[in-house]
Amino acid sequence: MADKLHFDLVSPERRLFAGNVDQVVVPGEEGDFGVLPNHAPFMSVIRPGAITVIDGGVETRTFIHGGFAEVTPAGLTILAEEAIAVADIDTAKLAQDLSDAREDVSVAKDEEAREQAAALVAKFEAMQAVVAH
Amino acid sequence: MASLKDLKNRIGSVKSTQKITKAMQMVAAAKLRRAQEAAEAARPYAQRMAAVMANLSTAMSGTPGASPLLVGTGKSDAYLLVVMTADRGLCGGFNTNIVKKARERVLALQAAGKDVKIICVGKKGADQLKRNFASLIVDKMDLSGEKKISGATSARIGDKIRHMFENGEFDVCELVSAEFVSVISQKPRAKVLIPAIDAIDEGVERPDLGGAVYDAEPDEETILNVLLPRYADTVILSALLENVAGEMGAKMAAMDNATRNAGELIDKLNLVYNRTRQAQITTELTEIISGAEAL
Repeated sequence: MADKLHFDLVSPERRLFAGNVDQVVVPGEEGDFGVLPNHAPFMSVIRPGAITVIDGGVETRTFIHGGFAEVTPAGLTILAEEAIAVADIDTAKLAQDLSDAREDVSVAKDEEAREQAAALVAKFEAMQAVVAH
Repeated sequence: MASLKDLKNRIGSVKSTQKITKAMQMVAAAKLRRAQEAAEAARPYAQRMAAVMANLSTAMSGTPGASPLLVGTGKSDAYLLVVMTADRGLCGGFNTNIVKKARERVLALQAAGKDVKIICVGKKGADQLKRNFASLIVDKMDLSGEKKISGATSARIGDKIRHMFENGEFDVCELVSAEFVSVISQKPRAKVLIPAIDAIDEGVERPDLGGAVYDAEPDEETILNVLLPRYADTVILSALLENVAGEMGAKMAAMDNATRNAGELIDKLNLVYNRTRQAQITTELTEIISGAEAL
């Protein structure tokens, strides 16, 4: 398989990855999907979770939050609000953050603060699920 | 004529001013580099986002269910101007130029019979606009508390704007900020943010799909609804970053000028100082000689 897939991972602050890979598995809103070279044009919202980049038999996983994927003949582009390599996630700190966020939910004074804290809890839970995987 | 001591004091004070302006120039230069890097780093995301939006919006704008964020409310009676300036002065005409642009816009809109509201981002703009349009300013935000402009900053501004839009407080939203042309040149401009369909550049590069159509998941409308707020945030973020870079560029130029002016002033004062000193010596000598002659 000589063909490679051009893959861009960008966040609002910087470009995190740009290069050619064999395959990328993306957690779409309605289920995971794999993108291989010459995929049909496609776009999807990404649920919080890990994308898996496979290149030369090596798998690299990156946690994505608030993302969007676009496949064009030119390749795959993922726009992510937040992205962190799964290997870089500090599990102890994550557990602490999660319990902090849960506490925030229970002590939130108004609806808005509660919603914000709940969103954080959901994000940290998704991160934990990814790490545990 | 000023005494020697006065002149010496003045030279000393101009020298210390020069030291300060020199230091500020160097700080601005360092910050400028960082700001430019940040603006540069944000560009790929903004570009991709603009391309996706351009694709989606052309597909969606005709449909009746299109979000008002995209196609507008169908009216253009009330305008919201988001005026972005710096939090600090001492950067030449940077803030003034933006405010001037905003003022022109307000007057033009008012002349056309539109209702205008203003949100000021950055302290300096609020201070200057307060004089003429205090009653129009609905909100002020200053960013001096933020160490670094990030997605969270722009999301905060974006949320505020969307909240007002949902409450029907305005129909069209424009950003007034500085466009970073080069280190020495920043051009104030007004840019439409809502409705987004007017904000999408015609020049945006659209990927060639080779005749194929996008498959969308869940569906185009849902995607668009998720992406629209994010698109607005991206536009705000890049405007903010560009503004910071512009501010630093303007500050660097202004401080460079000030340093040079101080240098010239020091030279001039030194000349006056030396002349006065010589005149004094000459007078003293004449006095001594004529005194000796009188004996």
